[in-house]
Amino acid sequence: MDWPAIGLSLRLATIVSLILLVIGLPIAWWLAFSRWRWKFLVEAIVALPLVLPPTVLGFYVLMAVGERSPIGRAWVRWTGHGLAFTFEGLVLASILYSLPFAVQPIASAFAQIDRGLIDAAATLGSPPWRTFVRVVIPLSIEGIVTGGVLSFAHTIGEFGVVLMVGGNLPGITRTVSIAIYDQVQGFHYAEANTTALVLLVFSASVLALVYAIVRKPWALASLP
Amino acid sequence: MSLAASIRAALSPQFTLDVRCSIAPGITMVFGASGSGKTTMLKCLAGLHRPDAGTIAIDEQVIFDAGRGIDIPVRRRGLGYVFQHLALFPHMTVERNLHFGLASLDPAARRARTASIADSFRIAHLLSRKPSEISGGERQRTALARSLVTDPRFLLLDEPLSALDHATQSRIIEDLRAWNAARGIPILYVTHSHREVFALGEHVLVLERGRILAEGSPQEVLDAPAHESVARMAGFENILDATVMVANTDGGTMTCRLAESSAELEAPLTRAQPGTRVRIAIRAGDILLSIGEPRGLSARNVLDGTIAAIQRKGATVIVMVRAASTFEVHITPRALEALRLAAGMHVWIVIKTHSCRIVSAAPEL
Repeated sequence: MDWPAIGLSLRLATIVSLILLVIGLPIAWWLAFSRWRWKFLVEAIVALPLVLPPTVLGFYVLMAVGERSPIGRAWVRWTGHGLAFTFEGLVLASILYSLPFAVQPIASAFAQIDRGLIDAAATLGSPPWRTFVRVVIPLSIEGIVTGGVLSFAHTIGEFGVVLMVGGNLPGITRTVSIAIYDQVQGFHYAEANTTALVLLVFSASVLALVYAIVRKPWALASLP
Repeated sequence: MSLAASIRAALSPQFTLDVRCSIAPGITMVFGASGSGKTTMLKCLAGLHRPDAGTIAIDEQVIFDAGRGIDIPVRRRGLGYVFQHLALFPHMTVERNLHFGLASLDPAARRARTASIADSFRIAHLLSRKPSEISGGERQRTALARSLVTDPRFLLLDEPLSALDHATQSRIIEDLRAWNAARGIPILYVTHSHREVFALGEHVLVLERGRILAEGSPQEVLDAPAHESVARMAGFENILDATVMVANTDGGTMTCRLAESSAELEAPLTRAQPGTRVRIAIRAGDILLSIGEPRGLSARNVLDGTIAAIQRKGATVIVMVRAASTFEVHITPRALEALRLAAGMHVWIVIKTHSCRIVSAAPEL
């Protein structure tokens, strides 16, 4: 059993889904309410990781963070080391890779909110940020939870991008999916089986718990 | 307090809202068909839609002036707005809905204000319920209370009561009047129902295609409509083309011949000269129906014809009578039974001179 790999995957997925919630909320808001005529271009870019092979995305991230690119050089100046084959590089790549999984459910939840409620809040003297916190977020909580869970699960399961950007450094970039791949390559089927099972049970439990929180099966009175 | 506005907002190449009005304290009805610009007018006053030109002022304070670049945001205009679909926050209780506009107050003051407004609008027993758990009338009361708990300087109501029965409507309006008696804020009440205008308003603005077509008391504007379109909205079901034949200046009447027939109607005297074409508006409820030829009546207009169709609509029976022109006549279900009316029957219709209103065609806008 490769516990360090499991721990690394959980850490990566937690950090990535939290960051995605923070940057996904404003992006989703803009996508749901902007009337800019070229908005479809932004929508297409946000959705790109859904269709792009992970290796293609990983390749471009590797190029972008390499020491020959301005981003890579700036990072080296700031931190003293490069981004490729590091945990930070993995976080960056995973954020891009899971972006549509966070943004799309949130944006569709926002789009379903009655604009009248937002106007009503304004007539009641509420500044936009307060309307967002008190009206928009509570009414789209299911979409936000779904976006968080999907980006978490998607990050846990990613393989190609990790391999391209992070490689296979134990304790640094060796995530659980890489570990399983490694074990299978070395004919350690029993070990691969346990690791895979742990991942399966964990993922299923998290999803069940989250959907339970959203649907509240114990609160029978609130069912329609 | 009073509200003065002069605004122009082009919504599409075909539609421009262009209104100039001064709204006194009390209830002013804004009456118009759907698409006449009523809701847009409210949104401009509220700041939810930005007019292209003009000014809006509440008392001495200018809240919008396109020329000087003044545009106070909605949240600082100090207004109350009840939306057509109410827009109650579905995830909050009635109490939290009422609290929403009182964020700047401390909790004790907030509770005191909420309790007092809930009392005035009879929703004190509903404070812990969600909007989905109360009745339609209770939701309307909650929406009204929520918009008034902030002590607004003017109130905008977008067809707030159209979904309610008449009795509930007038009880809610009485509570609103009582609340406003001490405050005297201008209240704009948008409706497309002429019944509501008569029942609820002190003053009415008639809006058509983005312009104010007429203004005055409901009686002045809707009982004696000057324009055909107002007559239609005001519930004049029969609007007939006619030509003035003779003006009986002494008797205060004039004789008009209906278009494409030799039948004549006597109508009140207007300034229309003999030979001019006019339109005569008659409410379907103002026409009498008789199965025998009526004699010895004071009513001057008796026409005979046949029943083309009979249709029941709630408590009203609509009888279409072909007599010179086709007349729509409203009678009660009991009258229908007593007279045993049927399609094809020969009948007489009786119209008093003063039930005939001379209206002009819609003015060129």
